[in-house]
Amino acid sequence: MGGGREPANLGDILERVLDRGLVIAGDIRVNLLDIELLTIKLRLIIASVETARELGINWWESDPWLTSNHRELEEENRRLRDRVAELEDGGAGRREIRARPAETDDEPPARGRGRGRPDRSR
Amino acid sequence: MAQDCAVWVYAVAGRIEDDWLDAVPGVDGAPVRAVAAAGLAAAMTSVSLDEFGEGPLRRHLEDLSWLDTTARAHHRVIEIIARHGSVVPMRLATIFHDDSSVADMLTQRRDRFTAVLHQVAGRVEWGVKVYAAGQDSVPARPVAARAGDAQHAAPGATASPGAAYLRRRRAALSATQDNRRAAQASADAVHAALGSLATAAQLRPPQAPQLSGEAARMMLNAAYLVAQDRSPEFAAAADRLAGQHPAVRLELTGPWPPYSFAAVDLGEAARDRTPT
Repeated sequence: MGGGREPANLGDILERVLDRGLVIAGDIRVNLLDIELLTIKLRLIIASVETARELGINWWESDPWLTSNHRELEEENRRLRDRVAELEDGGAGRREIRARPAETDDEPPARGRGRGRPDRSR
Repeated sequence: MAQDCAVWVYAVAGRIEDDWLDAVPGVDGAPVRAVAAAGLAAAMTSVSLDEFGEGPLRRHLEDLSWLDTTARAHHRVIEIIARHGSVVPMRLATIFHDDSSVADMLTQRRDRFTAVLHQVAGRVEWGVKVYAAGQDSVPARPVAARAGDAQHAAPGATASPGAAYLRRRRAALSATQDNRRAAQASADAVHAALGSLATAAQLRPPQAPQLSGEAARMMLNAAYLVAQDRSPEFAAAADRLAGQHPAVRLELTGPWPPYSFAAVDLGEAARDRTPT
């Protein structure tokens, strides 16, 4: 359209033509669930989910447009707040201190052992 | 129409002339045509179910270059119709069996389409993105990464290394938060000012840096429905606001067809027709 400022980037267009996550209408039966959209959007963002997480990019986890388990982020925030409180109380909470790989969070957060890799050894 | 064909629908409008669409390639490079029913018209392209049936479509949607090409083709057709008047854009991949099922849909949804076309008549959409101007990187899981510090903390000591670390960390975070608060305040001010010039506004989730192509944090991702004749005023206001708020950088896109303000849900019509 004439008179525009910035050229429309793909993200701008997709945001509009995909609307709020519902891709398909009409009467051809195509059952695209949120998970496909998630994949689409993630591929737009970056090569892989893992890479994104390593870069600290996990905004989609809190985007209800994309996922219903945004409580994961809330859970992580809560854990971090707990840790801060424990440490300020004198470091009693060291057993809690372990990086939890974020990709395990489909299931309810099982505190403590989880995947149990002794990572963060540096 | 043959069984292995379907129609891809771009948009619905009060009137669509075939000659508007002559020069526009549609999805898959195929021609775009108009079908009229119930005092409305839909722009569409015949597509093959080999490419646009459920299975192939799923695969295609996972293919970024296909998605890019197709979304732009879809958008292009909608833009052209929007130049001639009020339009209700369809979502990407709105596909019907044939012309007559599109005509049925127009007939069933006639009142809703008419109402929405009226709402967006003479109005355009402007996109406004506001980025934090300063350094504002996302802290990368700092607590877990440095957790070892805490293991040396003497129990009960008030200034344990762990606590000291956390204090430092919080100081750093709070500087970041100050920047972010300033940027957020600017973003809020921009939104309030532009919103007052608009008929309607819609906030979207901020885009990730990889999607926006910007390293800076996006503080506002908004769409505004603006009367066409107030567009120059709106754009000038955006420029002025950009100058007034050094804590942020403002990006204006548009005018767009009123994508964010002209949604008509076809879900029910589709369900009515879809055998379970």
